[in-house]
Amino acid sequence: MRRLVNQQPGRGAAFGLSALPFILIVAAYLFYSHARLLENPGDKLLPAPATIAATLHEYAFEEDERSGEYLLWNDTWASLERLLTALAISAFLGVTLGVAIGVLPYLKATLAPFVAVVSLIPPLAILPILFIVVGLGEVAKITLIVIGVTPVIARDLSMRVAELPREQIIKAQTLGASTWHLVLRVVLPQMWPRLLDALRLTLGSAWLFLIAAEAIASTEGLGYRIFLVRRYLAMDVILPYVAWITLLAFSMDGLLRLFRAKAFAWAKAGV
Amino acid sequence: MTQVTVKHLWKTFGNQVVLENVNLHVGDHEFVTIVGASGCGKTTFLRMLLGMETPSRGEFLIDGNALPSEPGPDRGIVFQRYSLFPHLTVMQNLLLGLELRGAPLCGRLFGAARRRALERAKELLDAVGLAAAADKYPQQLSGGMQQRLSIAQSVICEPKILLLDEPFGALDPGITADMHLLILKLWNMNKMTIFMVTHDLQESFELGTRLLVFDKVRVDPQAPDAFGATITFNIPLKGHREPVQAPMPGG
Repeated sequence: MRRLVNQQPGRGAAFGLSALPFILIVAAYLFYSHARLLENPGDKLLPAPATIAATLHEYAFEEDERSGEYLLWNDTWASLERLLTALAISAFLGVTLGVAIGVLPYLKATLAPFVAVVSLIPPLAILPILFIVVGLGEVAKITLIVIGVTPVIARDLSMRVAELPREQIIKAQTLGASTWHLVLRVVLPQMWPRLLDALRLTLGSAWLFLIAAEAIASTEGLGYRIFLVRRYLAMDVILPYVAWITLLAFSMDGLLRLFRAKAFAWAKAGV
Repeated sequence: MTQVTVKHLWKTFGNQVVLENVNLHVGDHEFVTIVGASGCGKTTFLRMLLGMETPSRGEFLIDGNALPSEPGPDRGIVFQRYSLFPHLTVMQNLLLGLELRGAPLCGRLFGAARRRALERAKELLDAVGLAAAADKYPQQLSGGMQQRLSIAQSVICEPKILLLDEPFGALDPGITADMHLLILKLWNMNKMTIFMVTHDLQESFELGTRLLVFDKVRVDPQAPDAFGATITFNIPLKGHREPVQAPMPGG
């Protein structure tokens, strides 16, 4: 008998094993949903798959009576627009700040402790301040995500810059590189794949901030809808919405990973 | 013409004396090899030449001018490792020096200037035997090929002084002989002054026109940091100023 650490599943077995937890959780849901509905046909906590499918169809393919919109797509678009705008702003600020702090010792001395402190402020705690200062509109929601994500990206990238071998930086200078050259030709090109990694890691918290902001003050969006129907115990809406959000986040993560592998062949993941 | 002069040079870190009273004169087109036990200030000496360290006392002059306190294009460097840019192909690594010097704003060349630079880079790539690997990334190359590229990358900028910090220390002994031929060829082509730190005594005698031995003259067992190292032997050698054809015996 070989040691457990040396036992590897085959390709087929690995796929089956990865599906196992999902199958188990679906089976458990179906079992308990059935059991509860037998006892009380009006139970709202674990709706039957047919009920969920009907609701989903209604949200995705039928116009809403009051607004005349397809609610699911409308909510999805509203949320994605906020999320992607905020991530783009965060990526730009994070790279600028992170690389500048990583490259320039004077800026590092000035800003690194400040960024470290700011990154520890719980963004949700200052959400009320944002609502007071910039109002309840889109700006507040986007700002919340930017405030939550940017310091993390900036700190991560400044550390990645510091990890570049000293030899590389010296060598570039002996090839005639100015500070600007160093940033443009040596540091930045090596930071792009790191930025994609940082974005993947912050994706989870970005969604968290988005849904929190939408829950509190919004009139559309995935987070808004979930918190709206919570009052009616509408699990048949909440459950597919949660699954949809998860699928969106999962796809974004996968796209970022794929793009990194294609665009930066020189940077093997994890190297 | 490049003259390197060192007068009463001291280097201390806190209470620790690393180098004491180093005096040296190196003329044009010399190949200086530097040997010595570990921790004898060889690398500190090289780092001062590079501009990464400043002398604590004394003078370090190139052509009569004080050494700049930061690395610059007049002094090339080849480290033992990590001196290539992983995000650039072999060709792009080689072009980088020409691009940086030709384009202060964007660091890239275009049009005729780029074609000229490409031609020059191709020539050198042929000379160091890497033409077939032009589109590969550094991590796809063997250790010997990486060092050849690193040397070519420095040489393309035509530095007055080339510094080599144990450049062949991590290579297979079989490859080292080829590398010796290559470095002698480039040295004679560009007429630069080379300073090379090495652990290999035979290599230092074989390549150099001047061999420097760094060692401590005085040692106090109660205070090992009190005295620093200096140049204990400064031996002129024959060297290989004429082009080398056949592989060197015993290389």
